[in-house]
Amino acid sequence: MTVKSLTLPLDQEKISELRAGDKVCLTGWMYTARDAAHKRMAEALEIGEPLPVDLAGQTIYYVGPTPARPGQVIGSAGPTTSSRMDPYTPALLREGLKGMIGKGSRSAAVKEEIVRNRAVYFAAIGGAGALIARTIREAQMVAHHDLGTEAIYRLYVERFPVIVVNDTVGGDLYEQSLRSGHE
Amino acid sequence: MREVTYEQIAEAVSRLCIEANVELGPDVVSALREAKSREKSTVADEVLSQLLQNAEIAASERVPMCQDTGMAVFLVELGQDCHIVGGSLYDAINEGIRKGYGEGYLRASIVGDPIHRKNTGDNTPGIVHVELVEGDACTIHMTAKGFGSENMSRLQMMKPSDGLEAVKAFVVETVRLAGPNACPPVVVGVGLGGNFELSAYLAKRALFRPIGERSKSPDAAELELALLEEINRIGLGPQGMGGRTTALDVHVEMYATHIAGLPVAVNINCHASRHKHVTL
Repeated sequence: MTVKSLTLPLDQEKISELRAGDKVCLTGWMYTARDAAHKRMAEALEIGEPLPVDLAGQTIYYVGPTPARPGQVIGSAGPTTSSRMDPYTPALLREGLKGMIGKGSRSAAVKEEIVRNRAVYFAAIGGAGALIARTIREAQMVAHHDLGTEAIYRLYVERFPVIVVNDTVGGDLYEQSLRSGHE
Repeated sequence: MREVTYEQIAEAVSRLCIEANVELGPDVVSALREAKSREKSTVADEVLSQLLQNAEIAASERVPMCQDTGMAVFLVELGQDCHIVGGSLYDAINEGIRKGYGEGYLRASIVGDPIHRKNTGDNTPGIVHVELVEGDACTIHMTAKGFGSENMSRLQMMKPSDGLEAVKAFVVETVRLAGPNACPPVVVGVGLGGNFELSAYLAKRALFRPIGERSKSPDAAELELALLEEINRIGLGPQGMGGRTTALDVHVEMYATHIAGLPVAVNINCHASRHKHVTL
């Protein structure tokens, strides 16, 4: 299987070329956010306040890492279940968010917004937190320090392995896998 | 009467918390290897390779294999001739969690109450089930149970007329609905019978049994194999990306039930099925 290498932030033209099932290695800067950070971002947008970080063109990784040991950049850092972010995601896509990394399927509403905003949803391998952590070279806490593991971080990653689940033309890897059966 | 001290328990629990999170059990590793040899799909093969590699890195670098280091759940088999001295069993276990999760750099994932949701900061409290047994030993079984899979578990109070086929269909449907969220290949714990709360407990207890070990009850063992085959026919595969390995094993625990009922509970465990035990 061929592996595409892409740099972050993602280029619109490159996103549009991606198809469900493509294996991709990501290099560059991304943000982290999970349940509590998403709730706060949604609340900010509701009352017309700016987001703590500009998401236009950016990628969010749904992760709540374990604490780093002294000398480590980050602890174990695999993806969390993306569907918990679904209620908040359409608003963030409308703010210009281009990429999301997590595990598990998305709601119909999110999939529609992915196509409408020409964004992409990637899956990282759930539970492979030790392996993924090796690709994370830098981690800077940028917002919501009080949320602990749920704070927003900016991560620099090198060859972070993901697989395209939802592409810009409505392709869905999970649906394709179930349709094709166990062979 | 044998004595076991509060400190012995806290120390043992602290070690269990760290070991469970960094060392994937040999039963799970060999089940993943076996699954890899059966997979024809290149994506499935690649995912299983990465999971095995992940387990090696975790063990050698003493890094948690998964960032969800779980809610700490304990099943304590307490001998009726064993006397715990120096404090309560529950306090000792929570002290062990506090120490283990802190010193092991494990993630604190517990909020003090489900409404206000403020993190307790040290992964306490854990969940403790005590079973009184014969003898004077105290065996502590621990699991670091992640919520990616816990959230996908289900319970149904079926009617006796629904029968075994409906039970099977419910279990298979639960795994299908869990899909990629539960981090397949999963281990499926099924609690059959008892009442509302016992069925859920049986399903959890079933997950403590090593992968590959069949139930001592011939009926339950037969059901385990039938369910495993059916689940692996779904085609969900590792991480829901297609393949033959949706479940590594199915464990069924049964108990007597009421003439009017057929409770069935399904507790799903992700591939990082972390279980360790110690006897004091």
